[in-house]
Amino acid sequence: MANIWRMLAQRLGLGLVTLFVISLLIFGAAELLPGDFAQAVLGQSATEETVAAIRAEYGLDRPFHTRYVDWLGSALQGDFGQSLANRKPVADMIGDRLANTLFLALYAAAIAVPLSLMLGILAALFRNSIFDRSVNALALTSISFPEFFVAYILILWLAQSGLFPSISRFSVDLPLGQKLYNTFLPALTLTLVVTAHMMRMTRAAIINLLASPYIEMARLKGMPPFRVITRHALPNALAPIINVIALNLAYLITGVVVVEVVFVYPGLGQLMVDSVAKRDIPVVQAVALIFAAAYVLLNLTADVLSTLTNPRLMHRR
Amino acid sequence: MQFLITTFWIVFFVAAALCLGWLFRTMIIRLAPTNFAASMRRAPLTASFGMLVILLYIFVALFAPVLAPFGEREIVGGEFLPWSSEHLLGTDNLGRDMLTRMIYGARNTVGIALATTALAFVVGALLGLLAATVGGWLDQVLGRTVDVLMAIPALIFSLLLLTIFGTSVTTLILVIALIDSTRVFRLARSVAIGIVVMDYIEAAKLRGEGLWYLITREILPNAMAPLVAEFGLRFCFVFLAISALSFLGLGIQPPTADWGSMVRENATLITFGDITPLLPAGAIALLTVAVNFVVDWKLHEASGLKE
Amino acid sequence: MTIRNLPNGISRRGVLKGASALGAASLILPAGVRPASAEPKKGGILRVGMGHGSTSDSLDPGSWDNAYSQVFATARHNNLTEIAADGSLAPEIAESWEASADAMTWTFTIRQGVTFHSGKDLTPEDVVASINYHRGEESTSAAKPIVENITDIKIDGQNVVISLNGGNADFPFIMSDYHIPIMPAVDGKIDPTSTDGCGPYVVDKFDPGVEALLTRNPNYWKSDRAHFDGIVLLPIVDAAARQNALMSGEVDVIDRVDLNTVHLLQRAPNIKILSVSGTQHYTFIMDSRADPFTDNNVRMAVKHAVNREELVEKILNGYGVVGNDHPIGRSNRFHADDLEQRTYDPDKAKFYLREAGMDSLSLTLSASEAAFGGAVDAAVLISESAAAAGITVEVSREPADGYWSNVWMQKPFVASYWGGRPTEDWMFSTAYASGAPWNESYWEHEGFNKLLVEARSELDEAKRREMYVEMQRLVRDEGSTVIPMFANYVMAHTDAVATPEQIGANWTMDGFRAIERWWFA
Repeated sequence: MANIWRMLAQRLGLGLVTLFVISLLIFGAAELLPGDFAQAVLGQSATEETVAAIRAEYGLDRPFHTRYVDWLGSALQGDFGQSLANRKPVADMIGDRLANTLFLALYAAAIAVPLSLMLGILAALFRNSIFDRSVNALALTSISFPEFFVAYILILWLAQSGLFPSISRFSVDLPLGQKLYNTFLPALTLTLVVTAHMMRMTRAAIINLLASPYIEMARLKGMPPFRVITRHALPNALAPIINVIALNLAYLITGVVVVEVVFVYPGLGQLMVDSVAKRDIPVVQAVALIFAAAYVLLNLTADVLSTLTNPRLMHRR
Repeated sequence: MQFLITTFWIVFFVAAALCLGWLFRTMIIRLAPTNFAASMRRAPLTASFGMLVILLYIFVALFAPVLAPFGEREIVGGEFLPWSSEHLLGTDNLGRDMLTRMIYGARNTVGIALATTALAFVVGALLGLLAATVGGWLDQVLGRTVDVLMAIPALIFSLLLLTIFGTSVTTLILVIALIDSTRVFRLARSVAIGIVVMDYIEAAKLRGEGLWYLITREILPNAMAPLVAEFGLRFCFVFLAISALSFLGLGIQPPTADWGSMVRENATLITFGDITPLLPAGAIALLTVAVNFVVDWKLHEASGLKE
Repeated sequence: MTIRNLPNGISRRGVLKGASALGAASLILPAGVRPASAEPKKGGILRVGMGHGSTSDSLDPGSWDNAYSQVFATARHNNLTEIAADGSLAPEIAESWEASADAMTWTFTIRQGVTFHSGKDLTPEDVVASINYHRGEESTSAAKPIVENITDIKIDGQNVVISLNGGNADFPFIMSDYHIPIMPAVDGKIDPTSTDGCGPYVVDKFDPGVEALLTRNPNYWKSDRAHFDGIVLLPIVDAAARQNALMSGEVDVIDRVDLNTVHLLQRAPNIKILSVSGTQHYTFIMDSRADPFTDNNVRMAVKHAVNREELVEKILNGYGVVGNDHPIGRSNRFHADDLEQRTYDPDKAKFYLREAGMDSLSLTLSASEAAFGGAVDAAVLISESAAAAGITVEVSREPADGYWSNVWMQKPFVASYWGGRPTEDWMFSTAYASGAPWNESYWEHEGFNKLLVEARSELDEAKRREMYVEMQRLVRDEGSTVIPMFANYVMAHTDAVATPEQIGANWTMDGFRAIERWWFA
């Protein structure tokens, strides 16, 4: 167990370093992007004089490192500054949207994770049967379609008849039932998008172990196949499964901008893309850090869990 | 009634697919050298259907200019012409022959996806296995670098990179491969870490085997199954990445035909129940299913299960 | 009233001397022709789905750059003047105005009894502060160039007197620009982060990129406008999502209908398509300083190598008209009707190419959806039609992100668009005058520039028309811009929504004013 704690502390420390590197990386990338806030906000109406005035007002005419150090200084004190685009405190802009993003991610994960584990186990159990083939073919078809296309099809089937709303209007003060109803279509879209990946990994990881001697042994003992899989194969197949689940959870939090756009869902993805387009660096930085933190934490959890499931790793020299 | 008709067509297509698979398998068993034929004999119908589809795609991709009735960029008539004997699948929004675009799309899309996935796997898997085997600081350096790269959402990261470096096909392949390889790295490493602590690896180490031998002969074969499974999916994720990029206004340069962008261009039609966008989407789906059926079969063979 | 006598025009007197006497009547019945429509009814909440809007939208008038911000702004603000639905100029906060003989000094009389949402009375000080916000070194406003020729603003009782550095007979038009709403001043400065205005609706909630909620301003000074009780303004950027929201009844009105599928939307029950042809036009600009575009023969060759009819048919799906390589729309006052329409003629293109001493020509055309919807497709079509004329055009799809700073006015041959301007002078001096910051083709033409200045202060109507027609000819035959098509504003609404007979063509959504002009049937 001591190993685990040491690893945890080490990884958390490294996570902070990761965050720091990312903040530098994003700041640098934004610097490399053609155009800055002044040009982006004026768009076609940009003139040299106005661009200069905006740069002066927002301090964008200072050198790169000065701006970064300034930003870092206040960020370390918990102050993420103001949005350049609408002069609101970044923390205010992000607060609600972070909650919305987490809500949708949890909603989709609550459907997708149990579903894909179950389907994966069943597919491994009845491998090569018609059931296995059709579940696979269906899952694969659903992920071969781009997200926005899956969304359009769901809208065609479920929204045009008035069953579910095609625009997920969302605010914190709605009752939970209403929230779940309004965001059903985006959650379903995301479920279809992530299920196949997790399902197939579960199936593959289990089948991979079925030829191992200890499984053979269990089978020879006369254990029913379902129990062989859940009691013996699954625990040892958990490491890759957990990793894929973590990856997909991270995706649900950080990568759903397209779904947000189609359903007009006020999440972080849209904020990030809009802010990149406007070169609104304080917002871009803050959102990037949230995404990175979510990713680091999920990954860390996945690693800790897979270590716990593999006794050999616990005592690695 | 509508439901019954739909069901009928689905059953019809599945049956037709299995028949084709059977025909193809029989043919191969007759024609192929004995050892391959023997393994084909054990292949399920789904797998042989998958192989047939893949071969068909490769054939279309290779001979696109011969097969296509019109030129890739040629404007042959009005926009959105219906299906007819002259234009089998009608025309697209600019009046280009849809069938021609689909055929050229096979060449461009499959080529790009294959190049990208192969690159991502060579880089990602090798580094992942290396990190797991060597461990220590190399593992830390690679692991943390990948962490940083992965912590930036893929779509936004590619948006940044493509805006900075331009959107030629080469940069597109490199950027998507770079992003994909981080995912492959993580998977390869996590699988390999479970293998590295196995006794047979210890034994090989004690025998004094070199690093390259350890990775390629001992670890890779045992890590193959999840990697192959991942390959099947990553391959189709490339189409999706291109499609998502075209949603944000990047992606392949026109007038090059590619399925991902074709879905995007025609997607709004689906809201009116028009199935045009289903053609490129279906082409992607069919290939994905086919590739993964073959992968499943190989996976099954590799697992050593006899049933 | 002379206003009615000129179908698409404005009387001289209408501009030079606006009067409130005709103001009240012409406000609801701008053209005075709408007997068929029923009387507007009050009530209901209008839900609008706009094709623009992002999380970085702000309340700062100097930064409004998309139709969402502009419609939202017009819902809560008023301007000095208003462009009526028929394109004429109507009084708004300015009750009347008068020009000096040289059109260099303009006196606006400010309407009395107008209050802001906060309850504060509107005064000439507010007007001065609102205009000054866009002026001066420090100003960060995108409207800076359009108020640049103001030298001085003074208050004279209830009047605001504006002095210009040159005569401008169309100056009151400029005061209708959406950038320049009248906002309350504190110590001579407006607060650009406030939603307070004197317009028809009061803002209850504004969440950028998500929604804006507004309720009717009970103290609105126009008693015959603002028929809805409340407004929900949603940014729905994805075209398919916008149409779905309309068809499933989640919104009542949408703008920017997807032209690829408009014929299908039209068939949907209870949906009406509104299509308005105005001044919005799409351009392909050649940098006149860069080889080979320095030679007018090359420019003429390119202009003849574009199949305009095909572009209107395939890119606009018929919702537009062909352009004649000048930026003046058919609804403009001085549109040159007699100028021959340029057509697709590969042989002529080849002829001009030979004149330039070339057998063939290779160009790269940069386009992006940022320029206009379908710009990349349009570029592909041009590349195909130009091939027949021996011109090889390679299409380069540029990222929408950074298009205006990185590609537009940087690369030699690029796609662009103009929403158009209500007056010829405004359009020409914005995008074609020598040294203008937005002269996108860097076109320098001595004769044109001279005419432009002369026409600006010319008071004789007939002479002025002659000058503007000549300028259109110059841009068409010697300019460096291909203007193949004028695009309609295409919107759609449910049967529940009623609109006046005449819809403003100066901008989308009834000149951004649908919210105060429309009602529920």
